[in-house]
Amino acid sequence: MRPYRPILWFALIAIAVTADVRVPAAEAPPLVAVYGDVVHTMAGPPIEKGVVVIDGGKITLVGSALDIPVPPAARVVRGKVVTPGLIDAHTAVGLTGYLNQDQDQDQLDKGEPIQPELRAIDSYNPRERLIEWVRGFGITTIHTGHAPGALVSGQTMVVKTVGETVDDAVIVPAAMVAVTLGDDARPGDEKKSPGTRSKAVAMLRGEFVKTQDYLRKLDLGDPEKRPDRDLRREIFADVLRGKLPLLVTVNRATDIDAALRIAKEFGIKIVLDSAAEAYLAADSIKAAGVPVIIHPSMRRGGTGETENISFETPATLHAKGISVAMQSGFEGYVPKTRVALFEAAIAAANGLTTEQALATITSDAAAILGVADRVGSLRPGLDGDVAVFDGDPFEYTSHCTAVVIDGRIVSEEPR
Amino acid sequence: MIKTTCTRLCLLAACLGGGPNAIAQERPVAFTNAELLPISGPPIAPGTVIVAGGTIAAIGPTATTPIPPNAETIDCTGRVIMPGLVDTHSHVGGGWGGDASGPIQPDVRILDSINVRDSGFRKARAGGLTTLNIMPGSGHLLSGQTIYAKLRKASTIDDVSIRDAAGKPLGGMKMANGTNSQKDAPFPGTRSKSAALVRQKFLKAHDYRRKVAEAKGDAAKLPDRDLEMEGLLDVLDGRVVVHHHCHRADDIMTVLRLRDEFGFKVVLHHVSEAWKVADQLAKAQAPCSVIVVDSPGGKIEAMDLSLATGAMLEKAGAPVAIHTDDPVTDSRLFLRTAGLAVRAGMSREKALEALTLAGAKMLELDARIGSLAVGKDADLVVLSGDPLSVRTKVLETWVEGEKVFDRDDPEDRLFAVGGYGAGRDQKAHACCTDERLSETK
Repeated sequence: MRPYRPILWFALIAIAVTADVRVPAAEAPPLVAVYGDVVHTMAGPPIEKGVVVIDGGKITLVGSALDIPVPPAARVVRGKVVTPGLIDAHTAVGLTGYLNQDQDQDQLDKGEPIQPELRAIDSYNPRERLIEWVRGFGITTIHTGHAPGALVSGQTMVVKTVGETVDDAVIVPAAMVAVTLGDDARPGDEKKSPGTRSKAVAMLRGEFVKTQDYLRKLDLGDPEKRPDRDLRREIFADVLRGKLPLLVTVNRATDIDAALRIAKEFGIKIVLDSAAEAYLAADSIKAAGVPVIIHPSMRRGGTGETENISFETPATLHAKGISVAMQSGFEGYVPKTRVALFEAAIAAANGLTTEQALATITSDAAAILGVADRVGSLRPGLDGDVAVFDGDPFEYTSHCTAVVIDGRIVSEEPR
Repeated sequence: MIKTTCTRLCLLAACLGGGPNAIAQERPVAFTNAELLPISGPPIAPGTVIVAGGTIAAIGPTATTPIPPNAETIDCTGRVIMPGLVDTHSHVGGGWGGDASGPIQPDVRILDSINVRDSGFRKARAGGLTTLNIMPGSGHLLSGQTIYAKLRKASTIDDVSIRDAAGKPLGGMKMANGTNSQKDAPFPGTRSKSAALVRQKFLKAHDYRRKVAEAKGDAAKLPDRDLEMEGLLDVLDGRVVVHHHCHRADDIMTVLRLRDEFGFKVVLHHVSEAWKVADQLAKAQAPCSVIVVDSPGGKIEAMDLSLATGAMLEKAGAPVAIHTDDPVTDSRLFLRTAGLAVRAGMSREKALEALTLAGAKMLELDARIGSLAVGKDADLVVLSGDPLSVRTKVLETWVEGEKVFDRDDPEDRLFAVGGYGAGRDQKAHACCTDERLSETK
């Protein structure tokens, strides 16, 4: 437990009472104490009558409100249920905007089938209204970027749902490389590849073989023989080196098997995404130690390759010991985004316990995204990201009543 | 045994297609000890509802409601029973209305293109839905005639249609304004053009009606039959309700302007910006069927869509129903949309009414459906708990005294939760098929 610092607290009073979303990042965040009838820390069992103290943007204390006195000068937030700031493990929000017009749709370039060099940071609009929308439901971190719809559509990144620029928001500028297998990998033009599943896999394998050669030449040590810089090769090289995982969007079991086959052949890390028929391939997924970011169960239609989605997939995979997270996914029409909280609620109503379902949008999501040292649980040292609810977070009729990001209260409007 | 069952089922099937008051149920059923949500009155707990001959025979407190001696009794302790859900706007069944030939096609009927084996029907039953208004899309100013359907187990569209006393299938007329129906000529390019095209067509229907009236039944003077005109006269004469897609506040007001000019009955659908004109809608007592989705946007017209639309219309005093627009929202999660409306400020009572009786009124079927009341069709949903809780399950769905969904049935459960095969059309019913097979041997 850290010692009291009454002098500093006193100095912070003025800031605390005027705290505002638009406070420039340079200004120190206030001291905040968040009280909950139940605090789900996701780092241990829930705490009854708990408190989370955030100082300088980081969590400093978590425990029973009986043990931790109200810090003087702290900005106090109270609610029935307190959770870590929620994580949407996969979306395209910020690259895709709510107007759904050309000017706010940067999630997919179909000019070429393979473009891993496309960076998410170069398209992200932190002022996009959908970001504020999901934040109001407690989402404080999103894994966003290039959408499914091309064999390799580009990079993804992890950002906080605040900030005036992408630099303010970003946690991981290049998180994964987005790959799509199956129908959605087809460019929609019969004359262009990939036109079949086998062709898509062959093209992807070809890229990795080529990148292996590129790495071999790099390692020759002779500056004369070094290959020219090549953005595409550099990204695939990071994949081969294990620095960047592939986020492979697949739905049919056939495509899940193909993704696992590629991962094994090249020894690369992959995360399965959507994975409508993952329950058919659960044993192989488990054996490969691959995590799954499961489709939004409420996704429109559930037709085509997603016709076999199940509300029970999160529970089925969890029971197998597979690491799972939930996501809002990508929507091409109304509604323009789903809300990861609502998707986890469906999981909670279909076989997962409340804690397990919460983990799919907090601690487990953070682990899959490689940011568990920053977000996803309430532990001293982690970012001061908290969501507060006036009831069971998963109930339709509950509200998110406060959202705190990096120690700043960014929303107190019940939603 | 199989033979007997088959014969019985065949008889039932014959009845289902037989007429306006299809009676399938043979033996009364008493649901006892339930928490009843009649919608048309306060909750009754513990309550009993008795269904016989396909309709509700009695409803009241369990202690004072006698059970007929021949009834099958189902103990519903811990369960909640409410009327079957009424969806005023659905697209299940894969049907299409008008084609690309023109913006106004009142002769086209969606009943001619619906696949009643579509898995969407089974999912709708799993969501507790019992009555649907199945509509063609919004890509036309007028895309065709809709059909009011009961989610009976069905082999043909006739098995699900709701008929009037004369046996005619009931339905409405689908219209739309705003951007969805704007495209290259002969479709309109602007909102003003959209309204002008519709007004011109209705004026033509006025002329047609005048010619018919002037002929006074004289076959020599009667104009030639015209399916388009007949469709529009059904609207102008108030026999058919217009179900009008609209989002923006000005588009909503345009619909009311046309309604007042031509005197047709109309239900406003989606109404994303209804909250901006809630007082006007209340004053006009314009029925509003609201869509509740997870976020605004997706198209410019939906940028100001609000979860609070239902709440604001309720406060203003306008009639409110909620619809699925399946596949835009999943029929299995229809109850959820009411939950989200309550989250945004709608009262519990009005939200549950918006899923049932309010919709029934908008389809002009409230004499038959929409509440648990004696004499109404025995359409009901048995729930595991509070209808607005995410954790509540639809356990059974009953239509006209017949169980059409049972969560304990593995095949029904597949469609309720999803899984391998849940996207496929339903299997052929055992009914009659087995017999026909045995006859051919």
